[in-house]
Amino acid sequence: MLRLEKLTKTYKTGDQALKQVDLEVPQGQVLALIGPSGAGKSTLIRCINRLVEPTGGAAWLGGVNLTALGQRALRRERRRMGMIFQEYALVERLTVMENVLSGRLGYVGFWRSFLRRFPQSDVDEAYRLLDRVGLLHMADKRADELSGGQRQRVGICRALIQNPALLLVDEPTASLDPKTSRQIMRLIVELCRERDLAAIINIHDVALAQMFVMRVIGLELGRIVFDGAPDALTPDVLTQIYGEEDWEATIQTVEEEEEEAGTA
Amino acid sequence: MSSSELDTLIGTRWKKPPFIRRVWLRSALVLGGFLYLVLAIASVEVNWSRVYEGLERGAAFVAAFTTPDFTTRAADIREGMLESIVMTVAASVVGILISIPIGLGAARNLAPLPVYLVCRGIIAVSRALQEIIVAILLVAIFGFGPLAGFLTLSFATIGFLSKLLAEDIESMDRAQAEAVRATGARWTQWINYGVQPQFMPRLIGLSMYRLDINFRESAILGLVGAGGIGATLNTAFDRYEFDTAAAILILIIVIVMALEYLSGIVRSRVQ
Repeated sequence: MLRLEKLTKTYKTGDQALKQVDLEVPQGQVLALIGPSGAGKSTLIRCINRLVEPTGGAAWLGGVNLTALGQRALRRERRRMGMIFQEYALVERLTVMENVLSGRLGYVGFWRSFLRRFPQSDVDEAYRLLDRVGLLHMADKRADELSGGQRQRVGICRALIQNPALLLVDEPTASLDPKTSRQIMRLIVELCRERDLAAIINIHDVALAQMFVMRVIGLELGRIVFDGAPDALTPDVLTQIYGEEDWEATIQTVEEEEEEAGTA
Repeated sequence: MSSSELDTLIGTRWKKPPFIRRVWLRSALVLGGFLYLVLAIASVEVNWSRVYEGLERGAAFVAAFTTPDFTTRAADIREGMLESIVMTVAASVVGILISIPIGLGAARNLAPLPVYLVCRGIIAVSRALQEIIVAILLVAIFGFGPLAGFLTLSFATIGFLSKLLAEDIESMDRAQAEAVRATGARWTQWINYGVQPQFMPRLIGLSMYRLDINFRESAILGLVGAGGIGATLNTAFDRYEFDTAAAILILIIVIVMALEYLSGIVRSRVQ
């Protein structure tokens, strides 16, 4: 469904953030993208919806080559790619409802959105999504009144109301506590399953990634160095991605936590 | 190795490194600055006997404040005030409306380079020309009266508001704007949802502040014939009617303070 062919990004400074990345993601697959800071994880997902312009290669979504689109066509395709951000990126001075409805901006005209007169079907869907993530009672609160976990739920609603085929998720748990992090990851994975959505999740917490996804991609200096199932992440592989460290502890905690979850 | 480095440091006093490292340059700058200050003050000539005479006139002026005369020229004062208020409000509204697109265009993170340069150019021209100079020019073109004052204040408002607005937009949170762009929003929607909520409180605060500045300026513009309460004030001075002048100044002070109070309330509400 999503296919990257030799996707390359070279910044003006000469830094190669992505070096001919090839990747295929079938419909409904949730994969985690791991790697050290600066490996190009953020750049990779931003090159897909072209918040960052790739300098080479192609990205195919369905039958459309995203890298070849003009501005208008790009806006149309962006509707099919929901994005969830690090630190939520909600517009803080807008209400929760406005933030969620902003996911429909690609579908409605300027004056409708300016006057906040969205079609009833959009409004209903916004209420349904807020109810699904347990925030219906917060609809008219301003986004900056919410806690971190609540904000990220609103961010998830904003991405889903676009009715996307693909979710691009950039460090969704970066500033959340461990419990909320898991809840958010669980919610994302559940919603992807319900809607048969593919998702690429950038995440630096390897243990968390292993708990929730079916496939892990390891990125190092703009190159894919690992592609496999979560349980294939051995200390050797982690050393290859991140460099020398004692990895036993990281992997062990995951197993213990899974046991815990199993007995509970 | 590192522990011997530590040993030499333990027990020594720590001082913040000076901003200018070179000792000779630092002392030269301090000494030079002081010398200039002394010479500058010494160069100002004061005619003490003139000051002594002037004190009396100053005292008469200040004394007039204790007996302000609102009534003798009441009709003139009312007319001037109304003219000033109309001028101020109209110029502020028009100026603010024009400032918004120019401010957007002058923000480097929104506008392409040619638009940016044009908008920055407009701002630079507006800011380079002092209000009085603009007013003299416009009075020459449009004749005496509030039209010249209105245009002058609108022009000055554009330079002030666009510049500060653009700077606020340039320091906005990019993540919020990026998130709205990622939804497939068009440019106008992106501005409305991703950018406008971020600069709106600042725009409102600055607009209130500018309203207050425009009112004060309108009192000055009358001195060069651009209408408003300034014209009435000027006439009062010319006739040595210090008590009427005092009444006008008191009114200006009261209105400016009221506006200041109002803008304080508004700004605290729109955070």
